[in-house]
Amino acid sequence: MNLFVDAFNWILDPANYAGPGGIPVRLVEHLVFTVVAVLLASLIAIPVGFLIGHTGRGRSLAVATSGGLRSIPTLGLLTLVALWVGIGLGAPYVALTVLAIPPILAGAYAGFEAIDRSTIDSARSVGMSESQIVRTVEIPLGLPLLIAGIRSATLQVVATATLAAYVADFGLGRFLFAGLKTRDYAEMLGGSLLVILLALALEGIFTVVQRLVVPKGVAFGRPPVDRARSARPGPGMDPAITKGNH
Amino acid sequence: MFTANRGRLAAVAAVAVGAVVALAGCASGDPLDSGNTTDEGSATLVVGSQDYYSNEIIAEIYAQALEENGFTVDRQFKIGQREVYLPEIESGSIDVFPEYTGSLLQALNADAAGGTAEETFAQLQDELPDGLSVLDMAKATDQNSWTVTQAFADKYSLTDIASLADVTEPITVGGPSELETRPYGPTTLTEKYGIPIAGFTPIEDGGGPLTIKALVDNAIQITNIYTASPNIKSDKLVALDDPDALFFADNVVPVVSDKVDEKAADVLNAVSAALTAEDLVSLNSESVNDELSAEKIAAAWLKQANLF
Repeated sequence: MNLFVDAFNWILDPANYAGPGGIPVRLVEHLVFTVVAVLLASLIAIPVGFLIGHTGRGRSLAVATSGGLRSIPTLGLLTLVALWVGIGLGAPYVALTVLAIPPILAGAYAGFEAIDRSTIDSARSVGMSESQIVRTVEIPLGLPLLIAGIRSATLQVVATATLAAYVADFGLGRFLFAGLKTRDYAEMLGGSLLVILLALALEGIFTVVQRLVVPKGVAFGRPPVDRARSARPGPGMDPAITKGNH
Repeated sequence: MFTANRGRLAAVAAVAVGAVVALAGCASGDPLDSGNTTDEGSATLVVGSQDYYSNEIIAEIYAQALEENGFTVDRQFKIGQREVYLPEIESGSIDVFPEYTGSLLQALNADAAGGTAEETFAQLQDELPDGLSVLDMAKATDQNSWTVTQAFADKYSLTDIASLADVTEPITVGGPSELETRPYGPTTLTEKYGIPIAGFTPIEDGGGPLTIKALVDNAIQITNIYTASPNIKSDKLVALDDPDALFFADNVVPVVSDKVDEKAADVLNAVSAALTAEDLVSLNSESVNDELSAEKIAAAWLKQANLF
């Protein structure tokens, strides 16, 4: 018996597409849940990240806080919140939003910090106001890193959103729990594959978005090679070898 | 630029192919086989338990009783639900497992007739696969039950399961995923008693605090709670009567492999003879309300029962 064959058969079985518990409904639920959780996290993390990135203040606090948030076990937090607000989607939203905040926050302030200081100083010297600098210089230039952060958050949330089914009749996690508890491993694996497919689809979308958000006239990605040449030799690095690179 | 992209494409393709190969490798084996099955020849008895605190306490009692009598015990606790561990017992990698007569019978034969405690026990003995047997059952029972809040029961004068048909508000069933497809599940409620079920809400903590809260908050109206749960008393719940034996009698019984010899069987039978239904509720209460560990609860009970 090959589990993967069974899982693919399960995914392709038309009987699994009908009704409120069918694959299309679960996929849409899962997607909506992921999008909402990432949006909620963005609403919190992006303004804070921009503030930190622009002022340069509170960075170490943000690093420590988001590091702490990252270490919270999502299922534990979900259970704790559910004991407070009850079953339903409230607790999963809180838990998954907390999961999504750190990468978005890091992307937001790292995007600002990565901008060459002389660019911002030039903007200031031509008379731009602080808000103009943020809106027309820092946000566009920092956008690629912010999107990278949102992309990373989305990937984590879409994979972990299966936990919504722990306390609600919602999302692809239903297939995982039901399959596990009834020894229907084809259903369980099929559900997992659907999560993976959804994650890959979202990755594809973000790859395109990341290309689109690069402002005109800015090279995206790794800087040209000649910058690597000008790197100072690190401690312990043999100067002879560094010279040999020239 | 073009060549770089093609190189990247090749790398992505290589990773994808590698992942498929690696995953296909996983697929051929038993997904739950941890690979560390015990030696056939060793005299160590493997005691298992469900991922259910009450079952773990009973397993711990078995384990400590066996240890008191000179056996070496390997504890493999919290193995999950019956769907997960049953194949493990059948394959002989676990020697002693606390079980419940009716639930185990239904798991082995979904069409079993069930009935009283004795009838259920007799049928269970017939259904057990070769190499497995059950020892004496205890008086203690921990049955499945359809449970509602006292307030809900008062509102509609509910006494037994059939009376749920008189409820005029939508009934949402809550509980772990497997409840939805069990023989006593929501489908049977509708087909057998004409009880309208508005929906099923999964709560995957196995009748734990989230389930109790959902019931008390009226987010769900009925759920499956074990009758030995201390929550029935502390949260003012009512386990509805089951005159048609929808749920089978569920006496605590040790399921054992061939490796359990007469001496070990005597030890376990002595435990079963002493374990009453009241004992089980109070053991559970010590875990839930006093938050004592299974080790402490088991040791205290064995001492108080004055067995060994």
